[in-house]
Amino acid sequence: MVRLITHNLLACHAKGCTTNNFPLQFKDVSIELREAELNPDFIKGFLPRIEWKALVDAARQLGDTTLPSEMPEMVDDEFLKNLHHVLLEMHVEEGAMICPNCSHVYAISNGIPNMLLAEHEIA
Amino acid sequence: MTYRALELLNLPEDEPAFLLDIGCGSGLSGEILDEQGHHWVGVDVAPSMLEVALEREVEGDLFLQDIGQGFGFRAGSFDGAISISVIQWLLNAETSHPTSSPPHRLTRFFTTLHSALRNPSRAVLQFYPTSDDQIQLITSIAQKAGFGGGVVVDYPNSKKARKVFLCLFVGSGGAQQVPKGLEGEEEAGSGKAMFEARRERSGVKRSDKKRKSIKGKEWILKKKELYRKRGKESVPNDSKFTGRKRKAVF
Ligand SMILES: [Zn+2]
Repeated sequence: MVRLITHNLLACHAKGCTTNNFPLQFKDVSIELREAELNPDFIKGFLPRIEWKALVDAARQLGDTTLPSEMPEMVDDEFLKNLHHVLLEMHVEEGAMICPNCSHVYAISNGIPNMLLAEHEIA
Repeated sequence: MTYRALELLNLPEDEPAFLLDIGCGSGLSGEILDEQGHHWVGVDVAPSMLEVALEREVEGDLFLQDIGQGFGFRAGSFDGAISISVIQWLLNAETSHPTSSPPHRLTRFFTTLHSALRNPSRAVLQFYPTSDDQIQLITSIAQKAGFGGGVVVDYPNSKKARKVFLCLFVGSGGAQQVPKGLEGEEEAGSGKAMFEARRERSGVKRSDKKRKSIKGKEWILKKKELYRKRGKESVPNDSKFTGRKRKAVF
């Protein structure tokens, strides 16, 4: 499964693809929701690592509109709950992630993205 | 061995971390990471192993990936990385193509791993070298990629229990001492006992994550309805908002 926490950290790693290679764009995805235990400290600690716009865009594309466009300065319980849901409870099961730069297609099947590169794509 | 690797990883106590499991295989280490309350991403090149990991219902994200091709994770993504009995495979040339020579594969692996880790953090990679030359090759390429640290050998004098760990540091190089290997003739597995004993002493008690239930159907239906009400065009219309367990089909 590709959760948005992982999607938010993932850039294209094909040969020569070093700029404009993040975030990978979801295409034709289906998702599953699965409960995860909320740990507020983990979520708070993870905040600085998040590329906010990429996360909000991905969440909205998958149908979740609970996150504000700008990362709020005050972190309250409601926000943490919503962020937890977006980061850890939405699982992309099928579809693809496409590099905005080189258009490499990383297919997702049965929850597992295929990150394998062809010989000529290896850096 | 996963417990020993976690011990060498030296994470802050009682804080869940975001970890990379390199060569996660069937999710054996992943189950332990789950049990310890960590979040993780596992990569493996064998679909059949990932299929078993799916059946095991581990919590981490599973990626089909050849570590010799390098990682695409953004800088500073992970709080640490572990790998159990995997990186010796990087010493085999996959094809005759120049990009698949062992030094090329090792360089891509260590360079992109170094970048994917936070500063400071550690990567603990247990592996099976067949010679000191192999250890030398691997450590020299890891150093060139920016890692500090070194090799930890547990039970060096025991044929059966001897284990080699590459204990790599990102950042604050000289400040971190390479941990000492375990001594004596203990059987493999005693490292786990030590680690658990220490946890008990420090009174760390983690919630039994594995026992938690999947969210009830009611919760999922509520979410589904909520998304429908919003009527967003981009909502995937073939979404499976179900609480059922996943089938492992490849
Ligand atoms: Zn690309």
